[in-house]
Amino acid sequence: MKIIVCIKQVPDTNEVKLDQETGVLIRDGVPSIINPDDLCGIEAALELKDKYGGHVTVITMGPPQADVALREALAMGCDAAHLISDRLFGGADTWATSKTLSGAIKKLGYDLIITGRQAIDGDTAQVGPQIAEHLGIPQVTYAQEIEKLENENAFVVLRQYEDRYQKIKIKAPALITALSTLNSPRYMSVGGIVAAYDELEVKTITYEDIKDFVEQKDIGLKGSPTRVKKSFTKTAKGKGELHEVPDDEAVEIIINKLKQHYVI
Amino acid sequence: MSENVLVICEQRDGVLQKVSLELIGKGRELAEKTGQKVVALLMGDGIEKLARVLINHGADKVVYVEHEILKDYMTEPAAKAACAVIKDENPDIVLVGASSIGRDLAPRIAARIETGLTADCTSLTIDDETGEFLMTRPAFGGNIMATIICPQHRPQMATVRPGVMIACDEQPRDGEIKKFDVSFDPGDVTVEILETIKTTKKAKDITEAKILVSGGRGTGNKENFATLRELADVLGGEISASRAAVDLGYAEKDRQVGQTGKTVRPDVYFACGISGAIQHAAGMEESGLIFAINKNSSAPIFEIADVGIVGDMHKIIPKLTARLKKEMA
Repeated sequence: MKIIVCIKQVPDTNEVKLDQETGVLIRDGVPSIINPDDLCGIEAALELKDKYGGHVTVITMGPPQADVALREALAMGCDAAHLISDRLFGGADTWATSKTLSGAIKKLGYDLIITGRQAIDGDTAQVGPQIAEHLGIPQVTYAQEIEKLENENAFVVLRQYEDRYQKIKIKAPALITALSTLNSPRYMSVGGIVAAYDELEVKTITYEDIKDFVEQKDIGLKGSPTRVKKSFTKTAKGKGELHEVPDDEAVEIIINKLKQHYVI
Repeated sequence: MSENVLVICEQRDGVLQKVSLELIGKGRELAEKTGQKVVALLMGDGIEKLARVLINHGADKVVYVEHEILKDYMTEPAAKAACAVIKDENPDIVLVGASSIGRDLAPRIAARIETGLTADCTSLTIDDETGEFLMTRPAFGGNIMATIICPQHRPQMATVRPGVMIACDEQPRDGEIKKFDVSFDPGDVTVEILETIKTTKKAKDITEAKILVSGGRGTGNKENFATLRELADVLGGEISASRAAVDLGYAEKDRQVGQTGKTVRPDVYFACGISGAIQHAAGMEESGLIFAINKNSSAPIFEIADVGIVGDMHKIIPKLTARLKKEMA
């Protein structure tokens, strides 16, 4: 069983602070992490491998710095890692990103693809399903549990909805997107860290390597249907009233406000 | 030429989801500005009767696809039907609710018909001068807003979270109802639903609540949430939580407000012991009246609160609840 896990290196948004004067995000010095949902995707793949055997490849599309994220995945126990990196891939939206990733995945070969449900920096949840579409394979998103069937190359996924769960059977080849409640990702082992830096290598995949699987018109900024027209800092609405008063007085202020707005 | 706004509506067990009506409301506004029509797409089994509801909420036309394969949502049959209708209707804009179904379906459709998709938009407008469809969404935790366009591809697709747009009031209206046939084959069933487990919804979905009492890290523990629950009960509201409170196990994941949780815009929002990190603010700052109670007078939540109280929630909330009980008795 060959599993490919797609991950993304993201800024740790919990660590992002605002410049109190300008309201702009301070990105300098913000640590990069493996996107939390993706980390659970890695763990899910490793658990399947522990139980049923197989081979886990982790891939990411990003700048050379994303090498660190892939090494971390190797240190957790993944067997191989590929960094999909090329200037031609730059400026890609979700459509072009998923096209590029699906090109690399076609080249690598797979039975199962696991991605995180969404990344904390973009929150789109689009790349997973779009990879599945480009590959023409079925998907189950929002996975809360993944079990492999004993005698079949198929999986039973507990799929989360707002108001229900479903047990869904899906046959390989397939794509599953992982929720952060799927599992608790293991830590890197000391041996794993040594292996990740001394024995295993992170291979780089450039456009040249996957040109038979994805057309150049479909990658990077040129291959992206969407454009960012502008970005701006959100204008905060005017600050309201602030009271530092005894508790009983505070209660009266709230009561009066609720009456004023006809809530009570 | 492509024209009209198509809203892909969502129903579960024959019940229309609120977000679909909200998107028809938004679609109405966009269509009126450009002199176009709002077309609602409805998919399911035995759902024809819902078409009238969509018209009465502002749709000019309802296209419905009925088939037993569409009874319970599955990605492939829904994508196949939606793509067939999009091809036939050739809309300029397609809107989809960003529910756990919409977020499964919309990217699949966009990839198939080769167009752009902008997720979780908080504002959708038509540029007065250029006529461009401007899709604005929060990025990077919600502090930066990005306006996205889709210049060369049609339709222009966007998803919107529940609770962000406002539905039109229901009133008798005229509209066209059209049945659309899609031929399905066994190959369209690419997954098998073995079992559906409905989560007993004791509590109302927080996106539907008019009043929310929300607890954060400062709530201290799971038991203290009961105090918040009491306040919510007196006011006929629901409880919600910040990401920190959910991560600490004080509240369930489905109660989470914020960038990685739900977007809410209740009439009244109480932020109790919530510092108001940007991730949280992104999910609640559109609320009508925001109260914040926090010990720390420099907590960012006070920047967006209408009424900020510097104080101890553990003392103030029980007093407030008792006082409200008296007031409303």
